Amino acid sequence: MIRIGAFLVGLFFAGWLLVSFLVGAVAYVTEPPAVTVEHEFHRDPKHVAFSFDGPFGKYDQAQLQRGFQVFKEVCSACHSLKFVAFRDLKGIGYNEAEIKAIAKQWAIKTPDVDPKTGEMSTRDPIPADYFPKPFANNVAAAAANNNAIPPDLSLMTKARHHGSAYVYSLLTGFQAQPAELLKEFPDAKTPEGLHYNPYFANLNLAMAPPLTADGQVTYGDGTKATVDQMAQDVAAFLTWTAEPKLENRRRAGLATIFFLLIATGLAYMAYQNIWADKKKAA
Amino acid sequence: MSFPWAEHYTPKHPAMQWIDEKLPLPRLVYNAVGAGYPVPRNLNYFWNFGVLAGLALVIQIVTGVIMAMHYGANTLVAFGTVEQTMRDVNAGWLMRYAHANGASFFFIVVYLHIFRGLFFGSYKAPREMVWLLGLVIFLLMMATAFMGYVLPWGQMSYWGAKVITGLFGAIPVVGEPIQTWLLGGFAPGNASLNRFFSLHFLLPFVIAAVVILHIWALHIPGSSNPTGVEVKGPQDTVPFHPYYTAKDGFGAGVFLILFAVLLFYAPNYLGHPDNYIEANPLSTPAHIVPEWYFWPFYAILRAFTVDFFFVPAKLLGVLAMFASILLLFFLPWLDTSPVRSGNYRPTFRKFFWILIVDVLILGYCGGAPAAEPYVMISQVAAAYYFAHFLIILPLISRFEKPLPLPNSITEAVLGRHAIEGEREALPGMGSDPQPSHAG
Repeated sequence: MIRIGAFLVGLFFAGWLLVSFLVGAVAYVTEPPAVTVEHEFHRDPKHVAFSFDGPFGKYDQAQLQRGFQVFKEVCSACHSLKFVAFRDLKGIGYNEAEIKAIAKQWAIKTPDVDPKTGEMSTRDPIPADYFPKPFANNVAAAAANNNAIPPDLSLMTKARHHGSAYVYSLLTGFQAQPAELLKEFPDAKTPEGLHYNPYFANLNLAMAPPLTADGQVTYGDGTKATVDQMAQDVAAFLTWTAEPKLENRRRAGLATIFFLLIATGLAYMAYQNIWADKKKAA
Repeated sequence: MSFPWAEHYTPKHPAMQWIDEKLPLPRLVYNAVGAGYPVPRNLNYFWNFGVLAGLALVIQIVTGVIMAMHYGANTLVAFGTVEQTMRDVNAGWLMRYAHANGASFFFIVVYLHIFRGLFFGSYKAPREMVWLLGLVIFLLMMATAFMGYVLPWGQMSYWGAKVITGLFGAIPVVGEPIQTWLLGGFAPGNASLNRFFSLHFLLPFVIAAVVILHIWALHIPGSSNPTGVEVKGPQDTVPFHPYYTAKDGFGAGVFLILFAVLLFYAPNYLGHPDNYIEANPLSTPAHIVPEWYFWPFYAILRAFTVDFFFVPAKLLGVLAMFASILLLFFLPWLDTSPVRSGNYRPTFRKFFWILIVDVLILGYCGGAPAAEPYVMISQVAAAYYFAHFLIILPLISRFEKPLPLPNSITEAVLGRHAIEGEREALPGMGSDPQPSHAG
């Protein structure tokens, strides 16, 4: 009874799946799926080498500080960094006094309540504060940015495939729309107010190119601030904001695996020893 | 239980004697996973995965309880509290990554455990109850993993919850009220997140309870073995401790090394980047995909694209997805071959490997976008999946001519000639060539 029932159920599911397959195959042959403009013109992130690549890579603190400077002088005008606090900057090599000064001089102030009147007010950030958001809320952010809300950058490099290379590619990838794109997809012209970038998922991005000219920031360590250099540095900085514990993790991993290899080797020897009289007789 | 020659628990220390009289818990442990449980001597490495699944459950419970100490089950703060755990809690990143990757490793070892059972016919009499309880654990794991994935309240959490609870919406008439009831609202929200957290905390302990039943049911007939031939006498078994505790210790070491490599060097490899974006009900991700361990079932769900008269394709997909797991409950009665082990079933063995490849193909298609050619491939693969269990397997067991079985486990291990010598050596057991300090 069970087997007859199973046979019928199996016949139904398998049969109907094959019918679905045939219907799909006919549709596929008679009207092949249209090629989309994203499919044809979207590009995977460029290859770019970072100091933290590979299992033993480490952050380059000088680069993180340069990237932080790019964030401070360029990105932070529109983008928040809400999961990072000023105190976290210790992780990229600033000391307490420097962090205090960075927080105090930050262009955007921290919202607070006036202790005398109870009115809403703002004050200078302190090291314990998270980076204040550039806009009071999403409505304000959208209103100031042609209806697009600039995303928070704390986790950006983990929220995209190959995130570090993605940020670098996006920042250096703005270009004029290729002529062959417009020839093939005349309707896909980049709309007014958007910017063509083949590294962006749907090719047209609300953000205008943020890094436009060499020397846009002046690095304290004398590194030449080319657009390419700034893009790499800020991509490295955003990798750190997304994964500040990367170096701890890799260090702990090395010790753990070293320990486990020895323990497993001993466990294997114990196993062989205990089983010595039970294995196949020669 | 099990065999009459099982060793008996005889506490030597007065304190242990005192405990044993009042509460024979040490005796229970001794008989369950100690020297009091005789196990076939010929188990291969595929028999390690039961213990490894238990280890994975313990890792999940320990890391999960710690995660819960730092988690806020509220849609306003959930995403942030998880991030705070990663950044500001001592070793919080370790707990979080261990918990997320631990779930994957739990499924890896459980899938290997299930495929071990499928190949060696572990589901057959007298072990049907072991198999059925194992499937209950598997279903509980799936529910727990799904709800756990919702908790970080990222984009995939939110949209995954929406899609999966939406499956119930496919049931005619009562579907939508059920979906609303499950979510506590019309879309995933605070009520959903709170109940998912509550259940996600509860279910692992239910799993632990069913694991105890699973092991209890196993100990009635005793463990199966790669030949599928039942234990015939004391020479066929060894005590679980120290023999299999030693082997499982080595297995656990290998498991932990692989786990550590992923956990410390590619902790986000198995995750989806979209779950690092906070949930946004107004923005649908380009491709909504569940975690990898659900991909084969997700492929079956999406494989139904044509309505069957008045039954919509979506409902068919939902029914088929549930059927693809529920049919495993009937397996002991679908496969009627008296031979258990695939080693002695030449036809069964070929189809078994086709099934493995088929499930891998389904998994690949389930993780791919719902576009051609993946849908067409998953349709053929899903058709084979159902045909394999419901049509092919019953037919094989009827017509297949199995290979000759060994007379006993000992014969399979030592060869026919060595048996006489072994029988003589057995009573003394003093033939250890090197001094043993273990045990």
